[in-house]
Amino acid sequence: MTTHIRVLGPGCVKCQKLFENAKEAVERLGIDAEVVKVEDVNELVVRGVFETPALVVNDRVLLAGRVPTVSTLRQLLAPRVGT
Amino acid sequence: MTVEAGARRAREGVVRTWLPPAGASLAWVVLYLANGPTWHWVLFHAAGLSPDSRLGETIRFFAFDMTKILLLLTGIVFVVTVLRSFLSIERTRQLLGGRREGLANVAAAALGVATPFCSCSAVPAFIGFVSAGVPLGVTLSFLIASPLVNEVALVLLYGMFGWRIALLYAAAGLLIAVAAGFVLGRLQLERWVEPFVFETRVGAAETGTLLRWRDRIEIGRDEVAKTVRKILPYLAIGIGVGALIHGWVPESFFARYAGPDNPFAVPFAVLLGVPLYSNAAGVLPLVEALYAKGLGTGTLLAFMMAVVGLSLPETILLRRVLKPRLIATFITVVAVGILTVGYLFNAVL
Repeated sequence: MTTHIRVLGPGCVKCQKLFENAKEAVERLGIDAEVVKVEDVNELVVRGVFETPALVVNDRVLLAGRVPTVSTLRQLLAPRVGT
Repeated sequence: MTVEAGARRAREGVVRTWLPPAGASLAWVVLYLANGPTWHWVLFHAAGLSPDSRLGETIRFFAFDMTKILLLLTGIVFVVTVLRSFLSIERTRQLLGGRREGLANVAAAALGVATPFCSCSAVPAFIGFVSAGVPLGVTLSFLIASPLVNEVALVLLYGMFGWRIALLYAAAGLLIAVAAGFVLGRLQLERWVEPFVFETRVGAAETGTLLRWRDRIEIGRDEVAKTVRKILPYLAIGIGVGALIHGWVPESFFARYAGPDNPFAVPFAVLLGVPLYSNAAGVLPLVEALYAKGLGTGTLLAFMMAVVGLSLPETILLRRVLKPRLIATFITVVAVGILTVGYLFNAVL
């Protein structure tokens, strides 16, 4: 099953960085996942997130307001994805 | 056996979490204490420069100031970021929701300093606050204090002008955030907020990841690296120019054109400061040189506040939720606050 990963943020430097880190983590894990960047502020607010950027995995907010390293992201993502 | 192995792994985890920050703290203290004597020895003994020569003093000023400010920045940004990781915009929003104006403005300004916040979070934070029933003026107190009273500005002020000016700056910044937010709240500006903000249904937050100490330390370390990388070139140029000016430009020059008696010094400093967002680190050493030559304390504080408090990027982001009329009023009220502080301190100090 494909994992849906969404990076939410109105396009600041941090959001771009998280997007890149998430893509790299997915690549290194070798999982079937789709990483999308969302710049619409409404999606943040509707999900109850006020800190940018936010990482949403399969419709669940995993983290907000910080940009973890690729290896931390791998640890976070590994148990949440179907391989 | 498994229990023992588990306990050992837990112990190793604690060591892995706390050993790096403990080692870094120790190194920090040693470097901070060694800064003055080391440079003195390197420049005046090893390199053979004369402490009385202009060249020697300029190089010593640069090396000592650069080391001191970098150390202060590293230490304070780390500690502040780790402490801030215990608070979130969501928590602040709950604390402020449904409060009456007045005291809530004070709380909002204080929380604005304590909550982790970057200008790109301004829009979701604004919507979140307003939808939680936080009054507009209180929300604006938060948004004014957050960039205005920040640890980087305070460290730079402390490192270059001493704790008195850094404290004055922090107090004046909080005062402006409280007063400007209160005034804006009285002006009944709700109709100049984009209507969709009031209609937005905010979902329940359910951030799934709890922070461990190790995560908080990692967040702190990343923030230090980011801040230092961002301002290092400006700091180097700024302190370099500051070191050059130190002994060279005559005092009367600045005292005449930018001294506390010149009524135009404060507005000029504010106008100059607004477009200089994020380059505070580079501008400040220049201001330090001007200050040494007779620039008024109020003018200096007003300049710093205009640089960090009124930023064009944040204003442009806020345009998504605020109509131009409200943005203009917001900027005007904050600018009047900064000017008042500038004139007041020039008159009193």
